[in-house]
Amino acid sequence: MTRKQKRGVLIGGGVATLGLALILVMFALKDSIVFFHIPSDVLEKGVKAGERIRLGGLVEKGSVVRGQGTTVTFRVTDTLKDIPVTFTGVLPDLFREGQGVVAEGVIDGNGNFKADTVLAKHDQNYMPPNVAKALEAKGVKLGESAHPDALKAEAP
Amino acid sequence: MIVEFGHFALILALLVATVQVVVPAFGASLRDDRMMRVAEPAAVSQLFLIAIAFFALMYAYVTSDFSVANVAANSHSTKPLIYKMAGVWGNHEGSMLLWVLILALFGAAVALFGNNLPPTLKARVLSVQASIAVAFLLFSLLTSNPFVRLIPAPSDGNGLNPILQDPALAFHPPFLYTGYVGFSIAFSFAIAALIEGRIDAAWARWVRPWTLAAWMFLTIGIAMGSWWAYYELGWGGWWFWDPVENASFMPWLAGTALLHSALVMEKREALKIWTILLAILTFSLSLMGTFIVRSGVLTSVHSFAVDPTRGIFILAILVLFTGGGLALFALRANTMQSGGLFQPISREGSLVLNNLLLVTSTATVLVGTLYPMVLEALTGAKISVGPPFFNMTFGPLMVPLLMALPIGPMLAWKRGDLAGVTQRLGFAVLAAIVAIVAVSAMTHRGPWLAPFGIALGVYVMAGAAIEWANRIKLGSVSRSEVIRRATNLPRSSYGTLFAHFGIGMLVVGIVATSAYQEEHILVMKPGQSLAVGGFDVTFAGVDTGRGPNYRSDIADFDVKRDGASVTRLTPAKRLYDAPPQTTTEAGIHASWRGDLYLVIGDAQPEGGYAVRAYFNPLVRFIWLGALIMFIGGGISLSDRRLRVGAPSRSQRPVAVPAE
Repeated sequence: MTRKQKRGVLIGGGVATLGLALILVMFALKDSIVFFHIPSDVLEKGVKAGERIRLGGLVEKGSVVRGQGTTVTFRVTDTLKDIPVTFTGVLPDLFREGQGVVAEGVIDGNGNFKADTVLAKHDQNYMPPNVAKALEAKGVKLGESAHPDALKAEAP
Repeated sequence: MIVEFGHFALILALLVATVQVVVPAFGASLRDDRMMRVAEPAAVSQLFLIAIAFFALMYAYVTSDFSVANVAANSHSTKPLIYKMAGVWGNHEGSMLLWVLILALFGAAVALFGNNLPPTLKARVLSVQASIAVAFLLFSLLTSNPFVRLIPAPSDGNGLNPILQDPALAFHPPFLYTGYVGFSIAFSFAIAALIEGRIDAAWARWVRPWTLAAWMFLTIGIAMGSWWAYYELGWGGWWFWDPVENASFMPWLAGTALLHSALVMEKREALKIWTILLAILTFSLSLMGTFIVRSGVLTSVHSFAVDPTRGIFILAILVLFTGGGLALFALRANTMQSGGLFQPISREGSLVLNNLLLVTSTATVLVGTLYPMVLEALTGAKISVGPPFFNMTFGPLMVPLLMALPIGPMLAWKRGDLAGVTQRLGFAVLAAIVAIVAVSAMTHRGPWLAPFGIALGVYVMAGAAIEWANRIKLGSVSRSEVIRRATNLPRSSYGTLFAHFGIGMLVVGIVATSAYQEEHILVMKPGQSLAVGGFDVTFAGVDTGRGPNYRSDIADFDVKRDGASVTRLTPAKRLYDAPPQTTTEAGIHASWRGDLYLVIGDAQPEGGYAVRAYFNPLVRFIWLGALIMFIGGGISLSDRRLRVGAPSRSQRPVAVPAE
């Protein structure tokens, strides 16, 4: 093989690998990213039923209903609008009423959110930055945030 | 008083490091021996001073001196001693102090053990190393000072986050940082070589042991973090493609590529410029990891810092060193003599393939990690990129890498014989086919690709064993000759054997546990049973207990297999005193076949508890594989330590062009 051919193989191989990776990344980004919304966004912008999203906000006080076996229902609120959420599984240790929460799942035709993952934060003063930013954009006043240690629970 | 002493020592360390940047660098360009030699005592005293600062802070933690703001915010008088000590790096300020301590440790190690380095190269390496130290010491002193006093002192501290009070996590940061920061040596060598304007095989020989040491510690550090997440967080998972995990995984991938390309450079004087670039990129990824974790741009288990000035400071450091390094590279790389070319089918060729795939996969992880941040900054849209993205991009790139992995070490340098190697790998292919059949027969669910994934891991393990068997001529010469060959085989060959075998094992564990995990979520009342992973689990009830600094609800499960009692598992929920916080303690029964993993949830109003039960097949292979890789690195390093004195410029092999 000549020097030129060897160099050609090297460059060709590099370009082919990068091209393959680029295609994979494009497809993966199209299919597997999940958008984050607060309840007002979901209701106003009209998130399609069945579309996978992350729903963020506060766990509405007094809305948590446990004890239906392993299923828990609660409402996620941004203090303006709220959405009912059902989750089957064991909630994270730090899930509490009045605290910030992020739930991942899909909304069904009746406006109920079925979560398969729930993320909660451990500090009582903590607000997930996404939630805080989105709420502030809506004019909702929030306290100081601190110590963003995330914990997460997942259902099968 | 001791705390002020530590603070003072840290300031002095900054001054010493500044001297270490300037004087040796001038000395090297003026060829002034005395100026260059300043670097050595400076590096050692810098280490000494930072160690004083570090141990002063540890003293404040151990004696629970709550007049120190950092101690008050992160410790508590009732905390067990080991977590008081580990508490030093369980927070932002203290962990940055650990960062600079390890940086200084590596610098001092080069100063003390680098006797065979040419004086100008050594002076420049230590000067660059000190410049990193200056940046991080400034960061520590200006934005993250751990020695700030609190007046009046509170009567007790806030306590350490209970999920961090764990033996594996206590030692996870030091290992991880040793890995991260160890790549700074490769970076300093690369910058020094660019300044010198020349580079040869000896350079790779000097850089490789440091890179290998960093790689080893990063490997075990990541494995410890994953092991901790597995048993402490109670999700039954071991890797989440969390940005913080990616932050440590990217330097690992790039560092693995660097190890292999430095090999080509050392043996064949090829890939010189590429190796330099990779050394710069690997440390840049380490810096970026520090930025991601420490700046608070991401939310995760580890991000403590929420102060934006810190984020901007680290970003500035990142831009300075990455940008500066790459700019210098762009200016000087073309003045360097490039190495020879080689046949595509050769040991060099296989290592290039390794580099290509590792670097590309690093890039995909980088895209997945940064894309949400960039998108939010540009459009305001908030998205999350989760495991599906990484499975779709990173996964496919690993397949050709693993397929080529056993072939590479069997190819000859310069020109390999692919047909001959394929023949010798016949046994590995056979083992893989057996694995496909066996896995398909034993399982009746899970993705159809899973048996092939496991087979790939088996093939890599078998390939590593075959390579070793070939080297000692197992089966073709007498037994005493085989033993003689096995004992005479260089340790670095054993290092390769272990590292490659460990990778295969890791792959088997990952695929098996991802594809065939069994999960049950249900409410159990005392006396009820559940069948999971071949075990019969009976819930006996819940008791309350008291630990040193927590109260806990402890569930009791009786585990039987085929009617015979195996063990009792006691998953628990703990409520810590300070800070008042609940944690979940999983009950785990480990076996070769897999782990039985039990977690309890909420008590139910009509009696009983929510229970999550998992069976994770072969999950131990993941950490065992990583441990074997770590040991392989150690074996290889012990070999090189003997050889490290060997290369000198006069003995350097003359580069032979490929043709």
